[in-house]
Amino acid sequence: MEVGFIMILPLVVGAMLGALVLVWWERRLLAFLQDRLGPNRLGPFGVGQMVADLIKLITKHDWVPPFADRVVFTLAPVAIVAAMLMGFAIVPFAPGWHIIDLNIGLLFFLAMTSLAVYGVLLAGLASNNKYSLLGGLRSAAQMVTYEVFMGLSIMGVVILTGSFNMSEIVRAQEDLWFFIPQVLGFVVFLIAGIAEAHRAPFDLPEAEHELVAGFHTEYSGMKFALVMVGEYLSVILTSAIIVTLFFGGWLGPDFLPPIIWFSLKTGLFICFFVLLRAAIPRPRYDQLMSLGWKILLPITLLNLLVTGAVVLLAKG
Amino acid sequence: MISQLVSLWKVFLHLFASNETVQYPSKKKWWWSQPTKVMPYLAPRYRGRIVLTRDPDGEERCVACNLCAVVCPVDCIALQKTEDENGRWYPEFFRINFSRCIMCGMCEEACPTYAIQLTPDFEMCEYDRNNLVYEKEHLLINGVGKYPDYSFWQVAGKTISGKNKGEAQNESPPVDVHSLLP
Repeated sequence: MEVGFIMILPLVVGAMLGALVLVWWERRLLAFLQDRLGPNRLGPFGVGQMVADLIKLITKHDWVPPFADRVVFTLAPVAIVAAMLMGFAIVPFAPGWHIIDLNIGLLFFLAMTSLAVYGVLLAGLASNNKYSLLGGLRSAAQMVTYEVFMGLSIMGVVILTGSFNMSEIVRAQEDLWFFIPQVLGFVVFLIAGIAEAHRAPFDLPEAEHELVAGFHTEYSGMKFALVMVGEYLSVILTSAIIVTLFFGGWLGPDFLPPIIWFSLKTGLFICFFVLLRAAIPRPRYDQLMSLGWKILLPITLLNLLVTGAVVLLAKG
Repeated sequence: MISQLVSLWKVFLHLFASNETVQYPSKKKWWWSQPTKVMPYLAPRYRGRIVLTRDPDGEERCVACNLCAVVCPVDCIALQKTEDENGRWYPEFFRINFSRCIMCGMCEEACPTYAIQLTPDFEMCEYDRNNLVYEKEHLLINGVGKYPDYSFWQVAGKTISGKNKGEAQNESPPVDVHSLLP
């Protein structure tokens, strides 16, 4: 179990740049999906917009409200981004291209994304603002709902592979990508992943139409930027994990190198996340709960049961 | 659930639809090419810059009745009535302060002679606010606007030189009240 220290710096820089590009790309793609143009003024195709956004956020007044819990308020966005960056440690980008090849890689991912929720929760609590508190509350309730079937939905993959190791999960998909035998698990994990990334339609903790901006109402300047980077990082991370678990990770025909295949598939899922935001309305709070507990959890358990039975039969 | 998937697919198809955005005031084909001017479609009844129109005979339609000034919610119209040698009323001055005007079109609705009309032109920005005060010479156009055949003095009952009572269109001669004959 060696640690690829050389990979850390490029990965952190790459992930941050990816989040920066996403700020522009999401606005642009969302605009195209809504028959608009989006930011197209600065530079070719408007890519200068991300630099402009960055400069704006850096030079903005970084204000901590006097009624907020100063220490927790400052640390919460750091916790979100740190947890998300840690999650990238176990993603195998190509054969051997990973920071750490943990035997419990999948569990590590689940742990890190759960930790990121604490950042959201504490941000909502420390802001000492009613909208932020409501956002934090929703985040907590949402986490309790989806973490259960998120963990269970990928157990089918673990049964088929016999390992929690991400690289081995990818190698086990050389014959057949897991989204075919694990279609139920894939759908459930996708929904859980959207909820995990606080993306529309499950952006209840933010819910800008009801809660101002939810848990990050009081944030400004670079702290706000960190919250947003955390959100975009989780979009990238969730897409990367979906690709790794269900769409064969770096696997693909030989005419392109593995890293390109991985990036292409991940990019496709990022675009799908944007499409979801453009198309699907946000469910009500209790609708999300009942969807999670009454529909998705039974589906996951059924999937787990059938997968286990089939694997046992195939062995016996 | 099915409806969610259908809406996903339908929104996805919009990726290939053309954009509604008109990139006023200028548009570039590619980011390195020179910008060309583009203008959104403006309906003929668009409420933009206000003009004063003329009758088909070339004289002013405005009779200085003050209805537009009265109805104007922001009080941006000012005028003074006077009369020419033919007996036609007309405004001595007619002033619209476009820095106040909200282009509501109520003056056009109130006008009994179709004189004041709003046009599909909105490019009237100025650096100096004083330049937004339009006098009659700026407002008056050499045309009939939206009502080409309408001529107020030819349908009105008021006497002007060259047109006595009873000589207007669709008007019968005045009754002689001193005669007993039917």
